[in-house]
Amino acid sequence: MTQQSLLARYAEDIFWMARYMERADNLARLLEVNEVFARDRRGAHNWDAIIDLNADREAFTKRYGTAKPTSTAYFYMLDRENPSSIISAVRAARENARALRPLISTEMWTHLNIFYNELLEIPADATRVPNMARFCERIRNACHAHSGITEGTFYRDQGWYFYQLGMMIERADQTTRIVDVKYHTLLPSAAEVGSLLDLSQWNALLRSAAGYHAYRRVHPSGIEPSAVAEFLILNRRFPRSVRFCIGEVSAILSQLIFKFQLSRGGSVAAVVDRVHRRIEETDIEKIISDGMHEFLDTVQIDLSEITSAMNLAYFGHDTIDEESVA
Amino acid sequence: MKQQQHSGSVTSEGPDILPGYDPQGFYCEITSLAKDGSVADTALLERLRTLDGAELSARAEDASRELYNLGITFTVYSNSSMIDRILPFDVLPRVIHAKEWEHVEAGVEQRVETLNQFIRDIYHDKKCLKDGIIPADLVLGNKNFRKQMEGIDVPGGVYVHVCGTDLVRDGEGTFRVLEDNARTPSGVSYVVENRHMMQRAFPDLVDDIGIRSVEDYGPRLLQAMLDVAPPGVMDPQVALLSPGTYNSAYFEHIFLAREMGVPLVEGRDLVVDDDKVYMRTTEGLEQVHSIYRRIDDDFLDPRAFREDSLLGVPGIFEAYRKGNITLANAIGTGVADDKAVYAYMPRLIEYYLGEEALLPNVETHICREPDGLKYTLDNLENLVVKPVGESGGYGILIGPRATKEEIEEIRAKLIDDPANFISQPMIELSVCPTLIDGMVEPRHVDLRPFCVTGKSSWVLPGGLTRVALKKGSLVVNSSQGGGSKDTWVLTD
Repeated sequence: MTQQSLLARYAEDIFWMARYMERADNLARLLEVNEVFARDRRGAHNWDAIIDLNADREAFTKRYGTAKPTSTAYFYMLDRENPSSIISAVRAARENARALRPLISTEMWTHLNIFYNELLEIPADATRVPNMARFCERIRNACHAHSGITEGTFYRDQGWYFYQLGMMIERADQTTRIVDVKYHTLLPSAAEVGSLLDLSQWNALLRSAAGYHAYRRVHPSGIEPSAVAEFLILNRRFPRSVRFCIGEVSAILSQLIFKFQLSRGGSVAAVVDRVHRRIEETDIEKIISDGMHEFLDTVQIDLSEITSAMNLAYFGHDTIDEESVA
Repeated sequence: MKQQQHSGSVTSEGPDILPGYDPQGFYCEITSLAKDGSVADTALLERLRTLDGAELSARAEDASRELYNLGITFTVYSNSSMIDRILPFDVLPRVIHAKEWEHVEAGVEQRVETLNQFIRDIYHDKKCLKDGIIPADLVLGNKNFRKQMEGIDVPGGVYVHVCGTDLVRDGEGTFRVLEDNARTPSGVSYVVENRHMMQRAFPDLVDDIGIRSVEDYGPRLLQAMLDVAPPGVMDPQVALLSPGTYNSAYFEHIFLAREMGVPLVEGRDLVVDDDKVYMRTTEGLEQVHSIYRRIDDDFLDPRAFREDSLLGVPGIFEAYRKGNITLANAIGTGVADDKAVYAYMPRLIEYYLGEEALLPNVETHICREPDGLKYTLDNLENLVVKPVGESGGYGILIGPRATKEEIEEIRAKLIDDPANFISQPMIELSVCPTLIDGMVEPRHVDLRPFCVTGKSSWVLPGGLTRVALKKGSLVVNSSQGGGSKDTWVLTD
């Protein structure tokens, strides 16, 4: 019996389980940061940006009308009808985990099962503004516990690498989205250059990506828009920067291809190499002058092409290929 | 409930053994141990005597929560939403002596050997039909008879690789067979998980008592699957085929796949090419040789059986027919699950093995036979009437507890379609002390031992003890308020 082989469906489920948990984590941080730090001059929040960031304007307006903190928070936390809410992401992760129970550790499954069952019991008022930060912290802690349990208990075969791929691709995607939405709305108009509002918003952007303290270490002198963008996109050591994540994706994929001899990954590698080069061969000045949005948009398309290539190469979405019969 | 008393009771010593506990005249699985007086019994009874009901209840509640969190659950559907339920777990074990177990073990193996010969016979020479041991139409007209299986040889002549034989104990303490489950008997995961739960939550009960281990089930099943793989395959790939996460027994499928260390596949993971079966892996297609399937015959292959099945694998039957894949259990074993066929089992045991049945049947009246029908109609108030093809405890009429209307309703059905029914006397199922709201009360139990057959047969020590938690109830099925207990087979 070949112990090394992994069912295509398992590979796909584990890839998506990792993505959904990463997504829940990012969303919780984004909501929390928006609540705590992102106030404008009059102390009001701008919740519109979060809705735009997830491209959910139409779905939201249909259900709630104009964005208000409580409805936005509920929409993104506990609304089971909203496919991009935290609870929907956790439910999807748990459904994947349920199918993966023969493969993953009992600890991973049990933790996710308890986490999801707890979310079902949380009353709607946990999303009210005074309770929100605590709720978000709970979500983030659970997501971190998930990563920790996975790191500490998951057997290091192919499955582990597919898990890492999912996590890194989702993380890169989330970072491009945060920068894409915030960068333009935060770019100072002539009248506001250097104002306090400006700074607190850029701080919030860094915090949304869990990068505030790391940024401070690299740039003790202060916040500067292009430096923030460079940090989030191109920094080599910050674990949520786009460059870092893509570098990881490339390294993990090589492991699958060479260590596990999954030669079908060649087509995936071609896409990964392209986006890897795109990141390695540029700098922040060039990105800004060519257009930040255009750059990030291209990266997002690249990321979704990686996933499509994986569908065909590894997840069995292709039709039966007679020649691949061993 | 009306008290059932019977003569020849061996359990008059109730109150002395467990304070406040009265088996009410039924054969009790625990208090009857006292007559042996071996060291293990004494230690166990001493422990049970000093139990603090309230504390036990609190720990039992923790144990239930743990089962839920671990996802040791079955799924029920209510208003189109999925709800995970645990199988209620009773903390007071059911105990079986080494000697008694030896007898059960031999009886189960005898039954499985007979089933395998019988099923091979009905799909080959049909000798038992020609010799008039069992009515031909009962077998050939059975809805689980698969004509497609005629003339197909299966490796080792094994059809029933996993058998669950439901046993009950009557008022005299005699084990009797209630039914055979030769298709896909479930519940073995609870046997193992109940033991784990017992060891975690009640270490003080388990300490220093010699109990036979139940850990070996997975490796034994894997070995059986390797034993029956198509001949000549060097390194057979085994898989477990499940209908998927929505199946109510999905936890058990996970459990078994994990314990065997084989992939849990669904129909969509498998493809048939050139009459060989492959699974889709990240490396492409990889051949599978031996499948423990938890999908019914009907849904296995839309080309051979039900065309509307989306769960199965198109073409797998042809691969099976050509001997390129082994399926366990074999296709067409459902004939043996029929309650009318069951009635002929003692004669079949004698026919094939030349032996008397070690485990007697419950006395059964076959309503397809005029005498049986007449007796049944004349004694409906005293009999249990069962439809022959149902499982899960559905459609059963318990005469002594039925209303006049219910009796007349079944009378009409019997006259209309007698072949669909059998009847049996009401068995006074044995009881076992059970924790109910902090008090120890008697509740009726049955026993399902699991027998695994590859090159040889092996019976898991113990099996699943199901307990009817409702006072006075005789129905142990989980779908109808049943729970389970850890089952201890004592070492010598």
